[in-house]
Amino acid sequence: MLIWLILIPVIAAACIGLLRTPGRATALLSAGLTLVLGLCAVLSPTDCGHDCLSSFCGMPLQLSLALPLSRIMLLLTVLVTFAAVLGLKAPDKDAARSWAISALLLSAGATGAFLSDNIIAFYGFHELALIPTFVMIGCYGRGNRRTIAWTATLYLGLASMVLLAGLLILCSEMHAWSFSTLAAAVQAGIEPGSPALIGGLLLLGFGTLVSLFPFHTWAAPAYASAPTPIAMLHAGVLKKFGLYGLFTIAGIFGDKCGALFGCWNNLLLLLLLGNVLWVGYVTVCQTRLDDMLGNSSVMHMGYLFLAFAAFIAGQGHNELALQGAALLMLAHGLSIALLFLLTGQIEAQTRTLELDSMGGLAQKLPYLGFMFGLAGLASVGLPLLANFAGEFTIFVSAFADWVPGSCLTTCDCILSRPFSALSQMLGGLGPVQLTLVFALWGLVISAIYMLRAFRHIFEADVAHASARADKLSLADMVAAAFLALFIVLFGILPPTCL
Amino acid sequence: MMQNLPWLFLLLPLLAAALDWVLFSKCSKTAATLSILSAAATLALCVAYLAGLNTGAPDVYTWMPVAEERLSLHLGLLTDPLAMRMMLVVTGIGLLVHIFSLGYMKGDTSNLSRYFAGLSIFMFSMSCIVLADNLAMTFIGWEMVGFSSYLLIGHWYHKASAADAAKKAFITNRVGDFGFLIGILLTLGVFGSMNFADMAGKAAGIPAALLTATVLCLFCGAVGKSAQFPLHVWLPDAMEGPTPVSALIHAATMVAAGVYMLVRLQIAMGHAAFTDTACAVIASVGAITAALAALIATQQDDIKRVLAYSTLSQLGYMVMAVGLLAGEAAMFHLYTHAWFKALLFLGAGAVIVCCHHEQNIWKMGGLAKRMPLTVLCFLMGTCALIAIPGFSGFFSKEAILDAALEHCPVFFWVGAGVAALTTFYMTRLCLVAFCGSARAHGAEQAHEAGASMLLPLLILAVMAIISGYGFIADALVPYAGFEAHGFAVGLPFYVSLGSLGLGLVAALLVYGCGKRSSDPLAGNALSAALRERLYIDEFYDKVLIGGVQAIIAHIIEFIDAAIIRGLCVQGSAWLTSRFGLLLSKLQGGSLRAYTFLSGLGLLVLIILLAFNF
Repeated sequence: MLIWLILIPVIAAACIGLLRTPGRATALLSAGLTLVLGLCAVLSPTDCGHDCLSSFCGMPLQLSLALPLSRIMLLLTVLVTFAAVLGLKAPDKDAARSWAISALLLSAGATGAFLSDNIIAFYGFHELALIPTFVMIGCYGRGNRRTIAWTATLYLGLASMVLLAGLLILCSEMHAWSFSTLAAAVQAGIEPGSPALIGGLLLLGFGTLVSLFPFHTWAAPAYASAPTPIAMLHAGVLKKFGLYGLFTIAGIFGDKCGALFGCWNNLLLLLLLGNVLWVGYVTVCQTRLDDMLGNSSVMHMGYLFLAFAAFIAGQGHNELALQGAALLMLAHGLSIALLFLLTGQIEAQTRTLELDSMGGLAQKLPYLGFMFGLAGLASVGLPLLANFAGEFTIFVSAFADWVPGSCLTTCDCILSRPFSALSQMLGGLGPVQLTLVFALWGLVISAIYMLRAFRHIFEADVAHASARADKLSLADMVAAAFLALFIVLFGILPPTCL
Repeated sequence: MMQNLPWLFLLLPLLAAALDWVLFSKCSKTAATLSILSAAATLALCVAYLAGLNTGAPDVYTWMPVAEERLSLHLGLLTDPLAMRMMLVVTGIGLLVHIFSLGYMKGDTSNLSRYFAGLSIFMFSMSCIVLADNLAMTFIGWEMVGFSSYLLIGHWYHKASAADAAKKAFITNRVGDFGFLIGILLTLGVFGSMNFADMAGKAAGIPAALLTATVLCLFCGAVGKSAQFPLHVWLPDAMEGPTPVSALIHAATMVAAGVYMLVRLQIAMGHAAFTDTACAVIASVGAITAALAALIATQQDDIKRVLAYSTLSQLGYMVMAVGLLAGEAAMFHLYTHAWFKALLFLGAGAVIVCCHHEQNIWKMGGLAKRMPLTVLCFLMGTCALIAIPGFSGFFSKEAILDAALEHCPVFFWVGAGVAALTTFYMTRLCLVAFCGSARAHGAEQAHEAGASMLLPLLILAVMAIISGYGFIADALVPYAGFEAHGFAVGLPFYVSLGSLGLGLVAALLVYGCGKRSSDPLAGNALSAALRERLYIDEFYDKVLIGGVQAIIAHIIEFIDAAIIRGLCVQGSAWLTSRFGLLLSKLQGGSLRAYTFLSGLGLLVLIILLAFNF
């Protein structure tokens, strides 16, 4: 059954491309079908067996929901895809077709990556999903789209190469080419010959795909430039691929994950502070809404890396970190997708995204103001909305292993000396806890830029740009309400991945 | 089933808010009724509990189950006297403010649903703080009251000043929450749990420095929420919100949440956890806030701002009492202050509405003749605030001064000084606004407020008078086993009488009986500084936010754009393409070049072979 989650969008894309069926309607049908199927799969008690599509390039292409994060990621994919397609608004009919095709292929690729058991297929699906992203930015992007598309292509291409190298070394040293056989190999006590190298390559490769500081500069311009559905799907769904990969591999290695990633952990902690604080202040400086949201998405990745660092520091026993990361990935995906969706609607209404030239839009379109406020406050981490559940769980998980007086340094490797010196000064907090204390300032930063954006766009006097705002279409309203509903739902009843 | 009744404290307002917002956004009457009903129902429930309804401990709901039990995030409710009596203050004043709002917001029907939804969200969030049995849940309520405050301050968001004030309140609170969250996590580490019930007795054996750090981080939350120096700047600006909101949120309940949280922690952790250093810092912050705010209040012209600074100052008293380990006195003052300050704000609201939304006291005057009942209620509140013997505020202030004298006389004298200032600015306000003759058109046309506004005022006026007496305080002050001590005629009594007299006489001398048309104290440097709020806001705006933070942010932005994105990323792309161009020169298609190069290569090969390299 799972294979249909990939086949339906591919078939629909083929229909739009070859049979010239109407873009949006076909895509909507496909997204609706995958939504229903996907929800059934997510809620089904079994892991749907190993769905087998004979073979693909000689490799058995097995899909399953057995991995701990698969369900959450599948849920995220089908939800965001549906909203993206529902809210799709292209400049003309041909553009609508290519937008719909790209959105469908992107979602098919992401679904494939999150469900694949085979590691090469897992990698390959993600690569496939990247292609429509580049094409769409290059053809339909805002601003300096060619340069942005090329930068992102080169950047992610290089990252994928590094990642592929890491995966290949891992697989060949473990003699296992799928997640299930890898787990069996770990169980059997096989250890990779060069764990630190593999860990480093994976961290660099996956990390760049998730825009880990300082390899983050491709992300914000790409999101700012991409057409709305692509920005929603890439920032909301596809970007989580890197974290999914890291958590999955670390989870498979369990209490041995320290061998792979342990010696990089302190470096990772430092870099994630770069995401939260450095990029946070870059975000504060942005004067355009799309740039601001692109950067804010990069910033929030820092908390997910923090969860990963806590998971590694806990030698794979910190299930709260995994739980928090799963929730935050879901929540961030939904909220950033909603924000990009609303950005598209705001631009359609005011024909500008410069924060200074907008104002008073809530008087014209209170619904839009309500939705943007909800999405913005979700991303700021307001309780009862999904992001808070994820963030707070991650914060607690970072302190889960800490008892006063014990400074848990994970590994005497990179940067352990400055960390332990600082830790002694500050009452014996370990590196993860120390990093968290600094990273919490990000909560203030995100409140600053998000509320400022809301203030500029929606409040005070009606600006010239807002004066021409017209009514929202029903599809726009439903698409936004759809995502908002799930943000609230998961905020009140957070799903568990374990 | 019955034991889960307290969950209604949370569910009813939440339901009302959701319905107001989603279903009844167009029919404001239904929305208002719904909110009022939910407030009334929670008040009734609360009264039932205080009257002895005991249904046992409510079920605990596990929000985020994890294998390690102490890390699971639970939602549980406390029904001890501290929580339930606090709930009476919240729901009681909450209901009165809901009713008052009907009259106050009469002219603003278009957004009434949003307003009442905001009030209901506030009731939910505040109940969440009060009833929480663990710090994680407290934090949820904590953030949600911040949100409802943001929503209600910015109710008239089309006014730029209101929108800015709302933003300022939220962000300033976030700064406090930054510390609060660290404190919560440290508590989890130090005490092994976030549950209040599991903290008792764990403080022994923990290094004092760590305890101090934990308590002070938690205190940061109170500094933000209860608007203590240096994060007090948001509260006066919050007066941009509708006046009933100021009464409920920014005077009686939410801003007192910090004090409530600290007292709750003091009881849960035990006094041993509050180290001497931590206590000294807490008490000093409270004393500084009380003194600064009282000073600034003496030169404010906006009736709501005078009351806002007075609230700051009274909160400073409470925080000071917490720092002196006198949680009982702090809660006593919180309780009396809630009634009389809500009265003062609602009274001010009635005055403002009846003067056609005029807030400047110098444009009022002579109101005592035009709206005697409102003014009488306001005077009752004033008497309680300036602690005239016999009124509720007198008893609670006396309790704090007693505690201060016992622990540290410096705080006692600061408290006495603040009491004199309090009397001075409140007398000034009453003389200028109510006596003499009307100084503006709005005040000339003032008339008595309507019934929906007068009724809450009268009830609150009664509470402002009687709530301090033993027969009612013993049953209602949010502190287990509270007993009102008959005050002793000693040093504190004489000193507070003295400061009362001093403030009264000074104000009477300066402002006479309201005949003046401008402030005789204005015009000098001190007055200017006080009017400019001692330049603290300006310092934050210009130096910290516009200066330090903006410079750092722009430097970072520049490095990010120019060096990381420009030099490193674009630079390496440029280098790569240049290198490619260079290589492509080698294969330009010229046969002569190829022959020359291959000849050169052959030569090099021969040389290498010949010399046996």
